[in-house]
Amino acid sequence: MIAPIAGVLFDGIAYGMLLFLLSVGLSVTLGLMNFVNLAHCAFAMLGGYVTVTLMNSYGWPFFATLPVAFVAAGAASVVLERTLYRRLYRASDLDQVLLTIGIVFVSVAVAAYLYGTTVQPISVPDYLRGSISVLGVNLARYRLFLVLVAAVITVVLIYGVEHTRFGAQVRAAVDNQRMARGLGINVDWTFAVAFALGSGLAGLGGALAIEIVGLDPYFGFTYLIFVLIVVSVGGLGSIGGSLAAAILIGIADITGKYYLPDLGAFLIYLVMVGVLMWRPTGLFGRR
Amino acid sequence: MRGSHILSAGAALLLATATAQAADTIKIGLIMPYSGIFADTSTQMDGGVKLYLQQHGDTVAGKKIEIIRRDAGGVAPDVAKRLAQELVVRDKVDILAGFVLTPNAMAASDVSAQASKPLVIMNAATSIITTKSPYSVRVSMTLPQVVTPLGEWAAKQGIKNVFTMVSDYGPGIDAEQAFQKAFKAANGEVLGSVRMPVNNPDFSPYVQKAKDSNAQSVFVFIPAGTQPAAIMKAFVDRGMTPDKVKILASGELTDDSALKNLDNSAVGVITAYHYDHSHKSALNETFVKDYRAANKGENPNLLAVGGYDGMHLIYEVIKKTGGKVDGASFIAAAKGMSWESPRGTIAIDPETRDIIQTMYIRRLESVNGKLQNVEFDKAERVKDPVKAAMSK
Repeated sequence: MIAPIAGVLFDGIAYGMLLFLLSVGLSVTLGLMNFVNLAHCAFAMLGGYVTVTLMNSYGWPFFATLPVAFVAAGAASVVLERTLYRRLYRASDLDQVLLTIGIVFVSVAVAAYLYGTTVQPISVPDYLRGSISVLGVNLARYRLFLVLVAAVITVVLIYGVEHTRFGAQVRAAVDNQRMARGLGINVDWTFAVAFALGSGLAGLGGALAIEIVGLDPYFGFTYLIFVLIVVSVGGLGSIGGSLAAAILIGIADITGKYYLPDLGAFLIYLVMVGVLMWRPTGLFGRR
Repeated sequence: MRGSHILSAGAALLLATATAQAADTIKIGLIMPYSGIFADTSTQMDGGVKLYLQQHGDTVAGKKIEIIRRDAGGVAPDVAKRLAQELVVRDKVDILAGFVLTPNAMAASDVSAQASKPLVIMNAATSIITTKSPYSVRVSMTLPQVVTPLGEWAAKQGIKNVFTMVSDYGPGIDAEQAFQKAFKAANGEVLGSVRMPVNNPDFSPYVQKAKDSNAQSVFVFIPAGTQPAAIMKAFVDRGMTPDKVKILASGELTDDSALKNLDNSAVGVITAYHYDHSHKSALNETFVKDYRAANKGENPNLLAVGGYDGMHLIYEVIKKTGGKVDGASFIAAAKGMSWESPRGTIAIDPETRDIIQTMYIRRLESVNGKLQNVEFDKAERVKDPVKAAMSK
């Protein structure tokens, strides 16, 4: 009896980690910069396509493509930030939503034009396939790897925001832009870097997601809803909150589908409604 | 007075040319999702249509065939209906054809019924579509037609019990019911079943449930696209490889785009389907060779065959009727027609206007290092079981 429960919990955590990687960047940009970036998952998709292209057309090993996916998504986001997004930092939420949802539509069309609408093939190294058995619990290796990556990234992020000079600048710029500028902090530059890092993480998440969920041009839309749920449940701008919310949603989704298959797909929405009624700003939201 | 004579003469002349043109040309309006998420399906289907025209020319029984293409853009019954109306009223097409998606085919069927225009369904696979218009005829398949023989076959092989997993939408539920019915009728036992959301990112809980049921076999139906690879990887990750558990499915699970994402751990998956490009026949070899040549080496799939056979049906009907393509004459000629398709011998059921064809049972094998669906058993002259049950 214990083994199936533990197995399902593990799958839930691993799925949550995937959601965390996809959504933490959005939590940062939305929470810190107050910018509603619905195109976040389009950057994740970009990372995915970078990995697919490098592996299939250039024969790169899977691991070598991951940093490139990160950098490519980050770089692309900086270009968009400099050319489009920054014009709307002071605009209304609706304007921001319209711009960024438009970018998602564009991303779908571009990806379909370049790669076709079929799912992209990818093959991860053999040692990441199959599963290992720990105390009778079946753990899929790739999911184990995901959990590991997400743990490392969480530690790095929390350290980066809480204990580095750059993190302090970002927090200062968010809390009071005018004061931060007055102190000589280059707020524009700080935001651009934070935005690039957030999108880069999405790119990495997109690359890591392919093995589990596949990649097609609609990625930017398919995962938008999950990512928004994680961000709103976790609370804007909170890395720990995103992690907690992602794990909660991941476990709710997987265990729900396992134990209550008829209800399974709706459970995450119930969880979201429940959490937001209890804490309207999310689990770790400050405002 | 004189002026009006000239005018009416002119009008008569115009009318004469118009009718002459109408008599010499047969217009076919193709409605498919040329853009959007289903664009690749249209590429295949239209590829089949184009290939038929390329092989057989665009003139038949003295009539020139003219094709008018319209983009439905996805699941859009309203758009499909409007396009069908415009094609009939404005472009004066004689035949409506194409239809990848069920809702679009249903909507256009209304137009076909009202305007008495023949409607050739080249893919959309829900059983009841053909009952919507007395002038529609289908050359593709229905899902119950695919999975019923699979259920019977599985029981005959001595498989005692099964766990079924289907996507939670019309075709999935059709597949679940048809398979379970056939399997139970042959004394098989269904140990459990799940219906999975269509937009399902992670299959692990469902696969775990199937595993925990300890069933000898699993039946799967999910739409082609991102999902086949994802669910197969979930099976492999949990050690549910085909050497331990029989994995039974309709052919979507192992179509070409899915195979690119799978490796040898999927060898042994058993699927039922009406067409695979590896089918062995002289006609199919030519078909595949020509299709590849015209489409950058892509292999044709069921949609290409649907387009190809749809055009064949239209050509044969025109030959038989000498060019009469009003709804009643077209359907009268199409009923009972039988021909050799790249997938084998197929026929149009005179009672239901639906297709009768052979279902192949295939095993996924590694042939020269590449995964391939290898046919090893078959059920011949399979009719759509749903309409067969309705008429009883």
